[in-house]
Amino acid sequence: MDDQKIIINGNSFSFTAGETILDVARRNQIDIPTLCYLKGASPTGACRICVVEVKKARNLMPACSTPAENNMEVQTESPAVIESRRMSLQLMLASGNHNCAVRGSDGRNWTAFQLNVQDQDASDDLCPVWGDCKLQSLAYRYQVSGETFPATGNKYPMETVNPFIIRDFSRCILCGRCVQACNEIQVNNAISIGYRGADAKIIAAGDRPLKDSDCVFCGECVQACPVGALVEKDARYDWRPWADKKVRTTCSYCGVGCQLDLHIRDNRIIKVSGTEETPPNYGSLCVKGRFGFNFIHSEDRLTTPLIKENGKFREASWDEALDLTARRLSEIKDKNGPDSIGVLTSARITNEDNYAAMKFTRAVLKTNNIDHCARL
Amino acid sequence: MTNTIADIEDADVILVTGSNTTENHPVLSTFVKRAKQFKNSRLIVVDPRRIKLTEFSDHWLRPNLGTDVAWINGLMHVIIAENLHDPEFIEARTTEFEALKAMVEKFTPDYVETITGIPAGRIIDAARMYARAQAGAILYCMGITQHTTGTDNVKSLANLAMLCGNLGISGGGVNPLRGQNNVQGACDMGGLPNVYTGYQKVTDEAARKKMEKAWAVKDLPGQVGLTVTEMVPMAHEGDIKAMYIIGENPLVSDPDLNHAEKSFANLEFLVVQDIFMTETAQLADVILPSACFAEKDGTFSNTERRVQRVRKALDAPEGAKGDWEITSEIARRMGYDMFYETSEEIFEEIARVTPSYAGITYDRIDSVGIHWPCPDTDHPGTPILHTAQFTHGKGVFHAIDYIPPAEQTDDEYPLYLTTGRVLYHYHTGTMTRRTEGLNERVPENFVEISAADADKYRIEDGGKAKIASRRGEIIAKVKVSEKAVAGSVFIPFHFAEAAANKLTSAALDPVSKIPEYKVCAVKLSKAA
Ligand code: SF4
Ligand code: SF4
Ligand code: SF4
Ligand code: FES
Repeated sequence: MDDQKIIINGNSFSFTAGETILDVARRNQIDIPTLCYLKGASPTGACRICVVEVKKARNLMPACSTPAENNMEVQTESPAVIESRRMSLQLMLASGNHNCAVRGSDGRNWTAFQLNVQDQDASDDLCPVWGDCKLQSLAYRYQVSGETFPATGNKYPMETVNPFIIRDFSRCILCGRCVQACNEIQVNNAISIGYRGADAKIIAAGDRPLKDSDCVFCGECVQACPVGALVEKDARYDWRPWADKKVRTTCSYCGVGCQLDLHIRDNRIIKVSGTEETPPNYGSLCVKGRFGFNFIHSEDRLTTPLIKENGKFREASWDEALDLTARRLSEIKDKNGPDSIGVLTSARITNEDNYAAMKFTRAVLKTNNIDHCARL
Repeated sequence: MTNTIADIEDADVILVTGSNTTENHPVLSTFVKRAKQFKNSRLIVVDPRRIKLTEFSDHWLRPNLGTDVAWINGLMHVIIAENLHDPEFIEARTTEFEALKAMVEKFTPDYVETITGIPAGRIIDAARMYARAQAGAILYCMGITQHTTGTDNVKSLANLAMLCGNLGISGGGVNPLRGQNNVQGACDMGGLPNVYTGYQKVTDEAARKKMEKAWAVKDLPGQVGLTVTEMVPMAHEGDIKAMYIIGENPLVSDPDLNHAEKSFANLEFLVVQDIFMTETAQLADVILPSACFAEKDGTFSNTERRVQRVRKALDAPEGAKGDWEITSEIARRMGYDMFYETSEEIFEEIARVTPSYAGITYDRIDSVGIHWPCPDTDHPGTPILHTAQFTHGKGVFHAIDYIPPAEQTDDEYPLYLTTGRVLYHYHTGTMTRRTEGLNERVPENFVEISAADADKYRIEDGGKAKIASRRGEIIAKVKVSEKAVAGSVFIPFHFAEAAANKLTSAALDPVSKIPEYKVCAVKLSKAA
């Protein structure tokens, strides 16, 4: 069975049963653009951006959901394919408040459009995700703008009532990625596509706000959304991909150890995203990992050593506090023996920090009275 | 964990017990849910509360609090009686099977029903389902360990897995889910009274000599030290005179808080190193401000033993320092030359003295972490433990009898209380309660009770209730919930101002010294 072959753009590739055209192409570094396809979830075929021409097939076929077949001949960028992709993109761009450079690229009625969006958005900026939008980059790639088709109105108001996520239906292209992410990746089953046809909308059960639904604010949908329809509340109009640096690290909450990217500007975390395609979490996070970082910038952070005198704390220099600590520990050790001292290290700090505490306890204090609160 | 997180999706049957996975290990729970929904795995949940995962499960067994050994023995009774165990694995890899067999003999489904309240038929069904799996994974958390019989509970689960040959294979294993992010690492690094890094025993002369040489010191102490749950009462008695507490807030997390507070107050000298003024720090003589995870370089080891990088993304607030830097400064001032330029330098020292970390370097884990044991730099790491043999030769079955929880309900304290966490908060809340969005979702403490108990004790959803145990009392908001089952209530322990641990029992497991957070007797009344 291993001589199953598929021909893509004139070159022959082997595949195993069950692989889609997209799988084979990606494995061989052939770029087929996708929009609604979400790795790990079943394909929905909603956006038709990935269409390819298959010899002898009557219609263009979506590469993300069409299984590879023996001797299938596929063209990934034929004129018909390009025309179809352009058309799909133009329809999407016309469908909402896509006020990025793409929308206005031919100058017609831009001003009126932009003013209208600004009004709905309460911001005079361009789209909150411009520069990091799949629709925008595909529009560049296929050189289309949003003005070929008449703009369709914006039916549903923005939802801003929960602390974490803004749902901006005016920018939703109904690709369904968020629904797949919620139901098939996180399996939280909080959202689905509601209403029919032109009224379609992504809804939580009963079309309620997320905060009153089964949503647990993991933000998987936000990370999956290819456009500006789902955006982190605090980062909206603050985060800009070109201005921020990204630092990969490990979540500091639970023992899963999710890999995440901190988006940083001016020594502040603007937002957090899950590191894609990397174990253990493959891009997923939970509400704590994704939204639980404000404490870092809290006013309550301790910033100076404190020494208690007569029942009250006073500020002290590092030298004074460290000297006092070393002196008192030495005195108590000399007077009462090493085992009169106990150290609690932490399940919250790094291995290196723990090692230093462990070495200090045993090599300097000379006691084995060290533990941490893992049991608690 | 003996296996990896991703491995869960390869299990035919997943048994989750004592873990409210969707709230405490949310991303790990997605693997369980996906396995069940999309990969044809079956799911057994054993938990006293109707937790979210029960909505996904094929079987939900609801044991009375503190009766874990009984239901596990019950499953094993059925498996042996019906010949569903794995004789080859037992023969080749284990010892003491006969003792186990004799012990579980009396744990018939009917007898187990009288102890646990789980209907006999459900015990039989669950036993068959688990035993017939090609690969069966067991996941457990604090709901299993935080009992006076916690060590017994854990051994019982290991018995069950060995009985069915579910160790050392993909999709199998006995997998403790670590609560805090670096519990695994803190243990691996020897943040325990009995071991150095990599579980090298302090009582082992050779290990001691090796550390003395590595650290250039003499006379490392050779007797096992004290656990935190022993230190606290000794502080109370005045035998522990000084403590150095780094990044922990035992004054909210400790059992029987009223007692713990007196103990810490009794110390001659208390140093607390933390990022916030915690309840524990309030009692300190010296407070040393430290940097948080986003402000330092280093590594964490996750629950699947994967060592992963932590990277400095921010400068710490002016005036705060990294934890190991502070510790080293104190060491130097006490006359010991402890000096490192970078975290990496420390990690290299860890690798030198720790066989299971010997092959790990910052370079190797730059993009993907490695599972220890990793004995040398060509070794790929060990995602699944015990594939060919157990660390100490053969796996030993432990014949364990059921012992009731230390504290029982009575006429005065008729309800069982169990404690735990909620999705939106973390541990003692010092971090999550300073993040507005999380606080908005769950702003205050609550007691979760069943509708039946709410009726019985005449308290209303949304009202305030007074919850009292033999040790203390707190006031909390009432949340009538489908998660609770009549006869027991649940309170999260994140909230210092109404700390659940004012109620809990400090009775300890004799081996692990883990307090019995999961069971104590309380009474409930409407708060004035
Ligand atoms: S935040 Fe998570 S649970 Fe809520 S809708 Fe998005 S994916 Fe679903
Ligand atoms: S919200 Fe985003 S991900 Fe969801 S359907 Fe709309 S555009 Fe797609
Ligand atoms: S993102 Fe959530 S599941 Fe992942 S490590 Fe952090 S707290 Fe745990
Ligand atoms: S990516 Fe294939 S149809 Fe959308």
